[in-house]
Amino acid sequence: MIAETAPASQKKWRLDDNAVRNLGLVGVLVVLVIIGIVTKPELYSDPTWVRNNVLTILQQASAIGVVTVGMTFVIIGGGIDLSVGAIIALAGVWATTLATQSHGAIGMIFTALVVGIAVGLVNGVLISYGRLVPFIATLAMLVSARGLAAQISGKQTQVSANDTINSIATTKLLGVPLLVWILAVVVAAGWVLLNRTTFGRRTVAVGGNPEAARLAGINVKRHTVLLYALSGLCCGIAAIMLTSQATSAQAAMANLYELDAIAAAIIGGTLLSGGRGTIIGALFGVLVFSTITNLFAINNLSTEVQNMVKGGIIVAAVLIQQFRYRSLTQLLKR
Amino acid sequence: MSALSRRRVLFGGAAVGAGALLTACTSNDPGTDAQVKTNASGDANAAAGQKVVIGFTAPAADHGWIAAITNNAKAQAAQYSDVELKSVEAGADAAAQRAAISTLIAQKPTVIVMLPWDGKELNSAGLEAMKAGIPVVNLDRAFPSAAAYRLQIKGDNYGMGLAAGQYIGEQLKAKGVSNPIIGEIPGIDSLELTQERTQGFNAALAVYGFKVANRRPAEFTADSGQAAATALLQALPKMDALWNHDDDQGIGVLAAIKQANRSEFFMVGGAGSKSAIDAISKDDSVLKATVTYSPSMASSAISLARLIGQGKGMSDLVELQVPKEITLASETITKDNAAKYAKLGF
Repeated sequence: MIAETAPASQKKWRLDDNAVRNLGLVGVLVVLVIIGIVTKPELYSDPTWVRNNVLTILQQASAIGVVTVGMTFVIIGGGIDLSVGAIIALAGVWATTLATQSHGAIGMIFTALVVGIAVGLVNGVLISYGRLVPFIATLAMLVSARGLAAQISGKQTQVSANDTINSIATTKLLGVPLLVWILAVVVAAGWVLLNRTTFGRRTVAVGGNPEAARLAGINVKRHTVLLYALSGLCCGIAAIMLTSQATSAQAAMANLYELDAIAAAIIGGTLLSGGRGTIIGALFGVLVFSTITNLFAINNLSTEVQNMVKGGIIVAAVLIQQFRYRSLTQLLKR
Repeated sequence: MSALSRRRVLFGGAAVGAGALLTACTSNDPGTDAQVKTNASGDANAAAGQKVVIGFTAPAADHGWIAAITNNAKAQAAQYSDVELKSVEAGADAAAQRAAISTLIAQKPTVIVMLPWDGKELNSAGLEAMKAGIPVVNLDRAFPSAAAYRLQIKGDNYGMGLAAGQYIGEQLKAKGVSNPIIGEIPGIDSLELTQERTQGFNAALAVYGFKVANRRPAEFTADSGQAAATALLQALPKMDALWNHDDDQGIGVLAAIKQANRSEFFMVGGAGSKSAIDAISKDDSVLKATVTYSPSMASSAISLARLIGQGKGMSDLVELQVPKEITLASETITKDNAAKYAKLGF
């Protein structure tokens, strides 16, 4: 909002603000790596291990990263999607039923993507045309999509017998895992969509002030539906990635992914009330979490402490964000 | 306008087509082979007796083991002409299960078999049923109060860890590894059963002077197992042995091992799923053994509930009534005996 009313000189300052935040996250990453080097010098002295470790961190960030891109769009558009983990489970389970598997890898990928988009559309329609609060609509979807997934799978773990699907997790291009390439493509596409297209501009406008966006001639309801469908599509892609990594799918998979994705988007500088956010920041948010997990693993520290640190980082990021925002508004008032 | 309608027709057609394909894709044939005891003739207990109505409740969990528990109970009940099973879904938590049990008590079954969400939290529900004169068979998760159950049949979590530790200790000793690097992937770490398994594992390893080098908990799901194993493998560039507490999450653990191209160690599973037993007998992966925690206990619970309802004892025992507590032994399945256990896999 401020960006639209601020004079050009301050707008430029705002852009720097994003860069500063991203630099801050890079700083956090550097600190985490330094802690790793100090605590485990014997591992970090082996260049092959270090290279492997970077790729592992990226690979473990890939599925949740794809989900976070969709989540970032939804949050910038003024919504929230609590159902992402459940959509992944439903898409994964539906794609790995014996009947779907009989259609081969193409059938499985198609099913996962269509299920993801379809559930996203239902979310969007409920929110736009049913006038449900996003929190409630997607919370209801969280419960019912996992329920349907459990129904379809008969509560069993469905093993993927498809070698093409399973090989997605083992394939490397130019020494980099295919999963990481998928993440890179989704992030690049998300960046272009947000920053270089009218769709992206509309998303920011709808999230910043829906009434103003409507008066400016944007079909706010239809745009909202599209945002949730986009999030659903990202979940469908992530479902295939996770199914390939675990060579199976089940109703309880992708547990609490919604929280990780929201947290990553928030520490990446996306405003929970909508209207502002960056894809690159969200990506750094995911990488910070993935690196923390890695750091705790190589030091054999308990996951309880890890969760506390994660929580602390989320709070710190939001506090800094608020502080910066407040000082910016004070600056403008002066 | 015409362009728009053409686009709508196109999208509409695509949506209908996608819907048709998806409907075709939902059907699923799990092919459930339950673990049942088909009674041979000659056993007096097998003969149809007085009619017994068994009320059954277990959590509606989405985990293979719990699913097998419910399947087994239903299948075993179907084996008896004199048993009627009234199954009530326990709902989402302990409170919901307490409500479900109250409904069950009101229906006055002869015996209630329950796998509680949590033994401590449902202790009162057990007491309520016993007070109403309905014997309670507690499945796997013990009640603290002995008055809350007539029979408790459970697996041995501590013993499971012990068995896994002993197998790993013996194998490493035979190989002559003096200072082994051992990894552990437990299930949900906050559960008491996970802590008992880990205690047993550590106790067995301590006998050989070994200890766990790194421990990364998963959540009983394949994708969490994959993530935990990936982190563990990255933390331990060289490993000698690995114990994964649960074969369901083990699907993901094995996938991660394959994705990381690692094979310098051997792995022991837990629970005894069909796919794990298959992999052990094929001997084509790092998985060399698994320690059982079999959901067949649900089938046994139904059989014993029937005997309690009819006032009969176990035919091989001298006592005229079914015992109060039964703890199953955790058995170690290796390539040598995998064929024997194949039908007990779930």
